Amino acid sequence: MTDASTAKAYFQSEAAAKLVRKRYAAERRFRFYGMAMIAVAMFFLAVLFYTIISGGIMGFQTTSIKVPVPLTAESLGVEQGATPEQLRDIGGFKLTKIARNALYTQLGIADAEKPLKSQADKLLSNGIDTQLREILQNDPAIVGSTVDVWLLAHGAVDPFVKGQIDRNLPEDQRLLNNQQLAWVDRLEKDGRLELQFNSGLFTNGASADPELAGVAVALIGSLFIMILVVAAALPIGVGAAVYLEEFAPRNRFTDLVEVNINNLAAVPSIVFGILGLAIFINFMHLPRSAPIVGGLVLSLMTLPTVIIATRAALGAVPPSIKEAALGVGASKMQAVFHHILPLAMPGILTGLIIGLARALGETAPLIMIGMVAAVFEVPSSPFDPATALPVQIYMWAGMPERGFVALTSAAIIILLVFLLTMNATAVVLRKRFERRW
Amino acid sequence: MDKRQAETAEKQMVEGAAEAKFVTRGVHVFYGEKEAIKGVDLTIYNNEVTALIGPSGCGKSTYLRCLNRMNDTVESARVTGSILLDGTDIYDKKVDVVQLRARVGMVFQKPNPFPKSIYENVAYGPKIHGLASKKADVDAIVETSLKKAGLWNEVSDRLDTQGTALSGGQQQRLCIARAIAVSPEVILMDEPCSALDPIATARVEELIDELRENYAIVIVTHSMQQAARVSQKTAFFHLGDIVEHGQTEQIFTNPREERTRDYITGRFG
Repeated sequence: MTDASTAKAYFQSEAAAKLVRKRYAAERRFRFYGMAMIAVAMFFLAVLFYTIISGGIMGFQTTSIKVPVPLTAESLGVEQGATPEQLRDIGGFKLTKIARNALYTQLGIADAEKPLKSQADKLLSNGIDTQLREILQNDPAIVGSTVDVWLLAHGAVDPFVKGQIDRNLPEDQRLLNNQQLAWVDRLEKDGRLELQFNSGLFTNGASADPELAGVAVALIGSLFIMILVVAAALPIGVGAAVYLEEFAPRNRFTDLVEVNINNLAAVPSIVFGILGLAIFINFMHLPRSAPIVGGLVLSLMTLPTVIIATRAALGAVPPSIKEAALGVGASKMQAVFHHILPLAMPGILTGLIIGLARALGETAPLIMIGMVAAVFEVPSSPFDPATALPVQIYMWAGMPERGFVALTSAAIIILLVFLLTMNATAVVLRKRFERRW
Repeated sequence: MDKRQAETAEKQMVEGAAEAKFVTRGVHVFYGEKEAIKGVDLTIYNNEVTALIGPSGCGKSTYLRCLNRMNDTVESARVTGSILLDGTDIYDKKVDVVQLRARVGMVFQKPNPFPKSIYENVAYGPKIHGLASKKADVDAIVETSLKKAGLWNEVSDRLDTQGTALSGGQQQRLCIARAIAVSPEVILMDEPCSALDPIATARVEELIDELRENYAIVIVTHSMQQAARVSQKTAFFHLGDIVEHGQTEQIFTNPREERTRDYITGRFG
């Protein structure tokens, strides 16, 4: 019998058929594992999104109480026709008193009932003076008239309105007593208390009161940091990678540099924070808590990622393109910058996205350089004190008030939207650079 | 091949006609410790096609890449001996490699147009060398180069499409157009047809024959038929050395060396 006929006989045998069945079964099993894993991942992703969004959606809303406020010139202590500057200088105590009196009237509390008045005070936020001042400054002509104002409710009221706290708890375990709850219910029934869009979330800085706290400082801080990281890490990283990949001689020293770059990518981020503290703040005397330092520290952290991705992308450009450029007499630098680098751009941008995403979510090094402070003023330059979104989330997560739970989730949503916007921009850019050959 | 024989061959070539463009003597190339080329003497003439043939790994491509110093890009490569282009040693320190490559153009084995428009592909060389600055001048260079490369009629109405979108044969002719756009004196071709189908190959061979009028051409090829069809001079490389070189007709009909005969009749290689 020849080899060919033996083989033929074998392929028709039961043993061979069994082998084929086993092969198919193995493939089916593997497909099943793959699909099962994806299903599990999707499930947990859905749980995550449900948790964040259902928790965070409340953070975008806040309780307000509508009260007719008599803004008489006498009670304000100004003359009719006062300038915005004069209105700005009205004391907060005076404004708070006006707002509170308006609420007493609304709730029908007599002037002599001191204990009731102090209980009613707890329904209003500590920020109502600022609110009234803004209204006055925006329209000085309303001095002397009575206007309906949606005053911010106190952070203790908010969770009850949102149904986050069980109102059947014993009275001494609640932040609102029975009297206050009754007022809340009455105001709600009259349509004078409702959930409104929490615009303060986007315009306010730090505050110990959840109804007054916002992410503005953190958002601008993160924006400054990201701009700095792109401006510093991209050119330096790409430059370093081009030099190492295309120009540097291959020797023991460059090998050492390469090994160290790879190791730097794995260094814990807090170490970069210590480095930033030592160099940028203690040695170069840059301001503490400022996005400029945060941006520089995170640039250092992002550099290895950008360098490694860029080198990989440069290496993936077919050598024939470089030969073609050199062949028509382009210098090495022209070949790299006219041809190789543009072709490597998609890969470089992918690396940049990964690096930026990591930098955006980084907390530890920013805490090291003092970006964990409570900052009230929205920064106008990278040299002003600020925080960053993840640091803000971290700080809020540790706050005791119930209102911060929703705010934490809301800030996470804002961080995710920031991240997605940034990535989408990079993806669009990458698409523009992608060419086929 | 002993010295006397080499001299007669050389004499014979000189009698053939034209002025010498490249004169190379005792060219050695080392890759680290390995000697890839072991003392090659060859003269390349104007208005002629010189074919370099030989089995894979015999050093013909390495030799070709010495002529425009493409070997410079290989870090471990070291070239000794003299390579004179119009009497000037191209490995002299004073020679600028960028200008040299403008004078000695190259076409590669695999068509490698830039992933840019056809126009950009051809215009790139003239632009970086400052041969033309005005749009009209560049346009003229692009047109003449594409015409010389026999591609103008096929692409004149779509100069802004990607060079990589052309067929393989068109891409290779685009690469030739790109090489001649910088007005070189010599064109080096490293197996320019090995990735092309027979029709595209015939088209490129025709083109090589036309280009011969204005340039010295050196072509490395694996196809003996191609060498016989397009070249006037042929050099047979084996194991890093030239076994025999001379008029193409003589090499293919009446080789002096046993090894040459064996190779061209297909007995080894």
